[in-house]
Amino acid sequence: MTKVMAQLAMVMNLDKCIGCHTCSVTCKQAWTNRAGTEYVWFNNVETRPGQGYPRTYQDQEKWRGGWELNHRGRLQLKAGGRLRKLFSIFANPLMPSIQDYYEPWTYDYDRLFSAPMQDDTPVARPKSLITGENTKISWSANWDDNLAGGPELAPADPVLRKLSDQVKLEFEQAFMFYLPRICEHCLNPSCVASCPSGAMYKRSEDGIVLVDQDRCRGWRMCVTGCPYKKVYFNHKTGKAEKCTFCYPRVEVGIPTVCSETCVGRLRYIGLILYDADRVAEAASVPDEKDLYEAQRSVLLDPNDPEVIAAARAEGIPEDWLEAARRSPIYKLIFDFGVALPLHPEYRTMPMVWYIPPLSPVVDVLSGTGHDGEDADNLFGAIDALRIPIGYLAELFTAGDPEPVRNVLRRLAAMRSYMRQINLGRERDESIATAVGMTGERVEEMYRLLAIAAYSERYVIPKAHAEQGARLEESMSGCSLDFEGGPGMGGPFGEASGMPVPVAVENFHALKDRQTTGALVDPEDRQNRVNLLNWDGKGTPDGLFPDKNGRKEP
Amino acid sequence: MNALDVVLWVVAPYLAITVFVLGHVWRYRYDKFGWTTRSSQMYESRLLRIGSPLFHFGILVVLLGHIGGLVIPKSWTEAAGVSEEAYHITAVVLGTVAGVATLGGLAILIYRRRTVGPVFTATTRNDKLMYAVLALVIVLGLAATVAANIIGGGYDYRTTISPWFRSIFYFQPDPALMAGAPPLFQLHALSALLLFAIWPFTRLVHMLTAPVGYLTRPYVVYRSRDDQRGSRKPRRGWEPTR
Ligand code: HEM
Ligand code: SF4
Ligand code: SF4
Repeated sequence: MTKVMAQLAMVMNLDKCIGCHTCSVTCKQAWTNRAGTEYVWFNNVETRPGQGYPRTYQDQEKWRGGWELNHRGRLQLKAGGRLRKLFSIFANPLMPSIQDYYEPWTYDYDRLFSAPMQDDTPVARPKSLITGENTKISWSANWDDNLAGGPELAPADPVLRKLSDQVKLEFEQAFMFYLPRICEHCLNPSCVASCPSGAMYKRSEDGIVLVDQDRCRGWRMCVTGCPYKKVYFNHKTGKAEKCTFCYPRVEVGIPTVCSETCVGRLRYIGLILYDADRVAEAASVPDEKDLYEAQRSVLLDPNDPEVIAAARAEGIPEDWLEAARRSPIYKLIFDFGVALPLHPEYRTMPMVWYIPPLSPVVDVLSGTGHDGEDADNLFGAIDALRIPIGYLAELFTAGDPEPVRNVLRRLAAMRSYMRQINLGRERDESIATAVGMTGERVEEMYRLLAIAAYSERYVIPKAHAEQGARLEESMSGCSLDFEGGPGMGGPFGEASGMPVPVAVENFHALKDRQTTGALVDPEDRQNRVNLLNWDGKGTPDGLFPDKNGRKEP
Repeated sequence: MNALDVVLWVVAPYLAITVFVLGHVWRYRYDKFGWTTRSSQMYESRLLRIGSPLFHFGILVVLLGHIGGLVIPKSWTEAAGVSEEAYHITAVVLGTVAGVATLGGLAILIYRRRTVGPVFTATTRNDKLMYAVLALVIVLGLAATVAANIIGGGYDYRTTISPWFRSIFYFQPDPALMAGAPPLFQLHALSALLLFAIWPFTRLVHMLTAPVGYLTRPYVVYRSRDDQRGSRKPRRGWEPTR
């Protein structure tokens, strides 16, 4: 008997990422534009090779995130068991410092206006948002963007360090690509397992991993627990925060902000059914190289009648099952077999998958004057080029080059097969068979990867009212408070106390709107009304003659 | 026994206990979101990693010591065959070691709070008050112990202070027992009452939610969208529609 659960998952097609950071910026505007989260990027885009964000987070010998097998072959948190966690709770020895992310800053813009008349142009100096002092900017979330500082910075890339010396020397000419990252919403989340107060949880309906802001007590063990370093500590509120998979959006059937705004249209969101009872077993296979297959093996075929029956028995609604059958994620992982999980060796069963980039191979071919769209050339290069394959394998398959090679061969096959068609030539079925596909399949894959419509890229079933009491937007109200906002600055530090009711907030906003405005002498502002944005309601000060004055006998 | 004694050793303790209990209940209901350690480790780790464990392990031993000394009657330990001398020596040695660790840890923490820029910026007035009272309690406690047992000839608080402490909880308070105690002990007890009274309103609330449940719960927590609304009940007028 299987215990079927549903999981919202994502696939990103790395060949199409142009490294524009639009996803990061829109995510930040939506979720982490508050005091205390200045340094936080729920979505970040890092250049590979590179150190990543936070710096060298992939070096688990240093940060000890994720799971490992103990001597009895059972899963345990790499940072130590429960007792060990409690004994080190007073000062977490594996806590990244703000410098490991970067010290957030702003500029002293006011200088530009307030500087007295002088010969030199005034400059806005950078100010640290942590200390408030002048600062020297020396690191950021994407400091080594596009291999900036390459020869000095990139060798510290933990993935690169796993490869041989010869590879390290050649990496610069060889390749570069972008890796956008969000929380993986893992099937076996080590962040949840690390949380001493049980404030973190995986939603049983859709697998989204969240932090209950009311239960988090700031023990900050989740930060250590996540090997992807995708739980962040809000240093103002003293609570952990993380990517929410934009649950208020996906609950109503629209994609996450990062997906919606992705310039390359490279993200896919859909449902995956999996067998919850087999997760722990699959995460504990002894050989790391088997983890990729093990992870695939817990995912269930949504067309299998037995799976459907078991899913119904678990109360998964029909439209969700339908969405699972149409899932682009399932197609990319199984039907086309081109999506791979990020760092399966962390044993958390990550659920944001990646289609590895073929572009490094193509670049090498065209760089050496070969035809980068010819099937034989591409297949040959994939077999010969050890550098990019080795690197990608360290990212996606715990170092096993075979699955990566197979994926790249499929992508290469698609490339040359489609070229034949574009040039008006005969469809060359042999290219497809060489990678174990049919021509039809290849064309289907091409449609999904290259020209799929919005509704095919995002197959997101709406949340069910009968499953959950109601939408939750209002749940996280507190954590969304802004600086100087109603919830901030209570008697117990930042953001303590109850949220202010929306009605009261509106009342103050209306009053503000009515009594402030441009083109008013600042001295006089209190007494003037900007008629352009007065909505005709209320009686703002200064609009009508002073009542008290008239009432005076 | 005069009125002052009644105020100090009957009224004050009940007041402190009431504020401690009701304060926690109120804070929990009003301010779950503010209930946190407000860890400052992101800003500074080196000093914290020495100071915080030193302080916390120290204070937890001190806490256990107080439970042992105040709650368990002398007759019980004697019945268990622990001689007065043996008890006294263990208590003084353990108490002094733990007390010094606590004080040393606290000194490091306070030094860090003051000198590390970002930590100082993140220190609220509330924190400052809490540190002042906390330090006072610990210093007075340590001073009383040292003065009585190491410099002086020894003071058996288990015949005066402990029965007074227990008498509060039987609701038969006996202020006379405390009125005769040495002044340092009296001051220590009074400052402790003050600490308990401000406790629920400071960051010290984190102690009451010490995560012992972690030892037994399953690693991965699943919650339905249903019950996650859970920990905060909707306020009046904000109940969901059915
Ligand atoms: C077993 C229960 C307790 C646990 C698990 C605990 C845990 C913690 C943690 C995780 C921090 C945050 C340290 C950081 O990262 O900045 C902290 C801070 C603190 N705790 Fe506790 N604590 C406990 C009991 C107590 C008690 C009994 C007291 C005092 C009577 C206390 C006083 C403090 C103080 C003053 C701080 C602030 C330290 C600073 O940053 O300056 N704690 N505690
Ligand atoms: S990637 Fe997300 S779900 Fe997985 S361990 Fe990290 S924070 Fe948790
Ligand atoms: S918006 Fe899309 S293309 Fe741009 S960096 Fe993000 S994932 Fe890449």
